[in-house]
Amino acid sequence: MHESMLDYAQRRYLKIAIALCALSIVAYAWHDPLSPPNGGTWLGYTLGGIGAALILWLTALGVRKRSYSSALGTLRGWTSAHVYLGLALIVVATLHTGFQFGWNLHTLCYVLMLFVIGSGIFGVIVYLRYPQAMSANRAGTKPDVLLEEINDLDQRSLRVANEMPRRFGDVLRANREGTRVGGSTRAILGGLDFSTINLPAAGGSQAVPNPEQAALLDWLGAELARSTDGELTKRIGDLLSVVATRRNQLRRLRRDAQIRGWLEIWLYVHVPVTLALIGTLIAHVVSVFLYW
Amino acid sequence: MTTKVAIAVVGSGPGGLSAAARAAEVGVSHVLLEQTAAHSNTIQKYQKGKHVMAEPNILPLRSPMRFEAGTREKILGEWAEGLTEHKVNIRYGAEVVGISGAKGDFHLKLQDGSEVLAENVILGIGLQGNPRRLGVPGDGLPCVQYTLDDPDEYKDEVIVVVGAGDAAIENAVALAKQNTVYLVNRSGEFSRCKDGNLALILKTIEAGKVTCLYSTQCASLTETPGTVFSLASATAFSIGERPYLLALNTAAGDMQLPCNRIIARLGATPPRKFVESCGIKFPSNDPSSLPVLSTSYESNVPGIYVIGALGGYPLIKQAMNQGYEVVEFIRGNPVAPADEPLLAAKFAGIPGYRSVTETLQAMQQRIPLFTEVNPLMFRELLLGSTIHVLKPDAVVFKRNDYTNSFYTIFNGGVDIQIDDNNPAKRIPLLIGQFFGEMGLLSGRRRTATVLAGKDCVLIETPRRDALKLLSSVDAARAVLDQTFIVRAIQSGFAPQAKTADLLPIAAKSKLNRYKAGQVVFSEGDEADALHLVRSGSLAILHVVGSREIVTSYVAAGNYVGEMGLMGNTRRSATVRATVVTETISLDADAFAELLQKNPALRSELEDTVRQRIASNTRLQGQDNAGALISFLLKQGLGEATDVLLIDETLCVGCDNCERACAATHGGTSRLDRAAGPTFANVHVPTSCRHCEDPHCMKDCPPDAIRRSPNGEVFVGDNCIGCGNCERNCPYGVIQLAGPPPEQPSLASWLMFGSQKENVFGEVQGLGRKHHHHDHGHGAPKAMKKAVKCDMCKGQDGGPACVRACPTGAALRVSPEEFVTFVQQEASRF
Ligand SMILES: Cc1cc2nc3c(=O)[nH]c(=O)nc-3n(C[C@H](O)[C@H](O)[C@H](O)COP(=O)(O)OP(=O)(O)OC[C@H]3O[C@@H](n4cnc5c(N)ncnc54)[C@H](O)[C@@H]3O)c2cc1C
Ligand code: HEM
Ligand code: SF4
Ligand code: SF4
Repeated sequence: MHESMLDYAQRRYLKIAIALCALSIVAYAWHDPLSPPNGGTWLGYTLGGIGAALILWLTALGVRKRSYSSALGTLRGWTSAHVYLGLALIVVATLHTGFQFGWNLHTLCYVLMLFVIGSGIFGVIVYLRYPQAMSANRAGTKPDVLLEEINDLDQRSLRVANEMPRRFGDVLRANREGTRVGGSTRAILGGLDFSTINLPAAGGSQAVPNPEQAALLDWLGAELARSTDGELTKRIGDLLSVVATRRNQLRRLRRDAQIRGWLEIWLYVHVPVTLALIGTLIAHVVSVFLYW
Repeated sequence: MTTKVAIAVVGSGPGGLSAAARAAEVGVSHVLLEQTAAHSNTIQKYQKGKHVMAEPNILPLRSPMRFEAGTREKILGEWAEGLTEHKVNIRYGAEVVGISGAKGDFHLKLQDGSEVLAENVILGIGLQGNPRRLGVPGDGLPCVQYTLDDPDEYKDEVIVVVGAGDAAIENAVALAKQNTVYLVNRSGEFSRCKDGNLALILKTIEAGKVTCLYSTQCASLTETPGTVFSLASATAFSIGERPYLLALNTAAGDMQLPCNRIIARLGATPPRKFVESCGIKFPSNDPSSLPVLSTSYESNVPGIYVIGALGGYPLIKQAMNQGYEVVEFIRGNPVAPADEPLLAAKFAGIPGYRSVTETLQAMQQRIPLFTEVNPLMFRELLLGSTIHVLKPDAVVFKRNDYTNSFYTIFNGGVDIQIDDNNPAKRIPLLIGQFFGEMGLLSGRRRTATVLAGKDCVLIETPRRDALKLLSSVDAARAVLDQTFIVRAIQSGFAPQAKTADLLPIAAKSKLNRYKAGQVVFSEGDEADALHLVRSGSLAILHVVGSREIVTSYVAAGNYVGEMGLMGNTRRSATVRATVVTETISLDADAFAELLQKNPALRSELEDTVRQRIASNTRLQGQDNAGALISFLLKQGLGEATDVLLIDETLCVGCDNCERACAATHGGTSRLDRAAGPTFANVHVPTSCRHCEDPHCMKDCPPDAIRRSPNGEVFVGDNCIGCGNCERNCPYGVIQLAGPPPEQPSLASWLMFGSQKENVFGEVQGLGRKHHHHDHGHGAPKAMKKAVKCDMCKGQDGGPACVRACPTGAALRVSPEEFVTFVQQEASRF
């Protein structure tokens, strides 16, 4: 039952894609045009036609993905075919060019296509690798539960702080304010922690970076070292352990966002470049027929 | 001394109101006694703005009171007007606590000690029962309430919630948002609530949002005298702010709790006890059984009439019609029931049809199973049933269809095809007999195809009505159970044998009922019987050290324990019910007789034994398989017929499955992918299990939840939004949803991901919360109806969620594939 999109139907589409590539290569090798190989020969037209059709069909995945009541195959079957035939496109399109590249619209079209394919390959890799990592990182819970747990931890530490001098509550509240998970694309994808915290400083307070709750843990550590009151020392100890747990939960949350980010980000390249590709493809075809 | 009235109506629900209004309209002396301070308490308690439906639509209304579908407020308003318009003599705050006397001279005793005298009594007290009271001195103070309409109404109060069931938990959690909440739990834990609520309350308590007082009982309640100083509650209150003082006995000693409000959610005492104290008999101890009534709604006590929900009619319009009719009966003016034309239309196609009454009588005469049923209940049964007039060889149902009905033969006969490979082999059933009971009693697929014979007229009774019959008429239940056993033995072990030959064996076998988790037999026990699973399912496990390892699972329709009877005398494994389960057990004697009847049986059973041993050892080799099975059984797979699972090693979290569900179901997803537990990469999302014996179907007033022949459990359009199914489903997969949110614009449709937030818009700071599943979508409460997975019944290509998953992570698993699935998954973690 466990079957990834690559294994779909005993890799039927892999076989079809290999056959398509083999056929193209054989035809290319046998073909002996008068002029150097290019898109203008009969084989060039054929390969070009197949390539353009493939691109349109590959793009149609975006439509099929949203045709929820379509009974035309399953999306998994479509994606499996999309991946293999998309890869075959490298061979088909490259042979179609006859290796005639230049600083022109035609080559731009080709390069855009390679971009889309490259991002697609990247996508398949993250689709195959990351779900497992995400599941392992979550270890049975989920982000909203983690968020709530963090909220609960905060409530708990604030209750402890209620029995302590005021600065503790202030710092914990400042920590809550300053905690960041994600935020920018860079922070999400890099799993970076841009949290800050307002710590008491000479003549007021000062915002300092607080990655991994380090600044807060430091500050609490310093308070602990300075404390002479047994009761207070015990409470600071409690706070330290709560903050350490909080740090671990935040780490998991950040890792989760990071993985989900990578699972999504490539589509932000794949799809817009596809649209650009379709545009240049039309221009390429039109120009070939007009200025031939 | 009060004067005697002709009719005393008890309870001002739709039934009672209608009766009293009719009496007033025709000038019969009457009194309408209502225990609460307003009419129609049940409807008053509906959610504000609820849209009340007027099901069944085809039934005409017959009442001086108006009623058509509309909001709760409109309907209550109209009834209030009706009360004035007809000058109904209604007494509020008049709880009847006892009825004595006889026809012509009844004494109705009220809570306040006064008495009402009446010639006839109409009981229309519904089924809601009376909320259990706190039962401590002071529980009459205005701060005690037994319901909670809108938790947001209260703010900054100290509120004590008493009780440990679902209602208490839900109230406590909801109130805790704006108030200081104490939860008083009589016992040391929460054992009477759904798993989801258990987790919720424990978390809320741990987070300090609700203070739970375990093993605590209320002692008394007083208004705060002047100043209170309370050490126990350790909270500083200014005087006057908490006007009441609740005394409690806790495990640690006595305690005084100043508070503003007490919400007691202690459940309700069903009205049955009161009804029985009036001398009215119930046919069986089954809590769902109904009092026996005549066709004029008269109970076994002459002069006491029962109408509405209490009499087994769970809808408003039915109750109102009966209120009208019963007054006419009492006036000696027999009217044909309002449903007469409906029955006439149903029966019209029967060859030789003359009248409704005659047809009903003929049915009861010809069909022994129905002979004992009281005519009123039989009428109701027929109203729910369908009459089929069939040509010879027409298919009634096919083998492996799922069941929701039960058939009786009114005329002609049918042929049962027990062997698909040999269609000529048929068992005939004749007039007066019944079939389809297998599915009725076990919720399983049909075991054979049934074809119509000559002159065939069948009565098809839906599951719910049939079960109602069984719970009220013991004789019918006994006949059905007996037949079930014979047929189960026949189809399981001796297809060749004649039914009559199997009767003695059936007589020796036993019907056993197990609670979820109960042990059927233990490893090492002496093997004395074989169990055929009739409903539910069993887990087979071994005890290794202190751990229990589940090695296999036996679905309904299969058997266990055969190894013992085949020679091994000790049980080699422990068998435990996974859900409420019924088995038929055959002892060694009966089994020996069976072997005689079917010599091939031994080798068949040996085959089964061999296969089971092979599968057990395969699973035993996999350490994790047992743990995974246990996990899945806990998620209800033991009673599932089809469940959606997500393979977390493949799921990329794109939520296309949910979007597909929403897009194919009017905009609301019935599936919550992210919710639900996960174990070892297998995630069980919140989505319907399509239970074998669906809990949700049990208590649906308009019978709107149905099961299609393919097994899907779905909600029909006639849902009235009462929320019973939502409460009854142990897996929390039914929601009451309003109209769907607006469709996204074309532009956002094309921009992928924008139909649902994506990760880049979602995590930022902690201030923002995940608002993933706002199913209500701010729609008015008024239009809410139950929605749930229907497995995309009626759509090509199967469930949309699976079809829309790009990665193959979403899969649907049925019990047959269950073990294979577990083996595969377990080999990978
Ligand atoms: C949430 C919910 C939604 C529903 N939605 C619909 C819908 O949309 N359409 C529909 O047709 N049906 C609906 N129903 C079902 C409907 O409410 C009942 O079928 C109907 O109320 C039954 O009417 P009744 O007259 O038999 O009893 P009830 O309406 O239950 O009335 C009984 C009355 O008797 C009073 N009483 C009880 N005991 C005593 C006593 N000892 N002395 C004096 N008075 C007493 C009670 O206070 C109450 O006022 C719904 C039910 C629920 C719970
Ligand atoms: C020129 C070639 C290609 C074009 C035009 C193209 C186009 C598209 C489009 C339009 C989508 C739909 C995205 C969406 O709506 O969410 C898509 C999805 C996808 N593509 Fe491509 N693609 C191409 C090649 C490839 C290749 C070579 C691969 C892999 C090796 C690939 C892998 C994928 C995957 C995995 C998806 C995601 C499916 C999903 O999450 O639903 N693509 N592609
Ligand atoms: S809604 Fe709940 S009770 Fe009903 S079939 Fe589905 S899982 Fe079972
Ligand atoms: S469609 Fe498939 S991959 Fe996407 S969320 Fe649903 S199960 Fe996961």
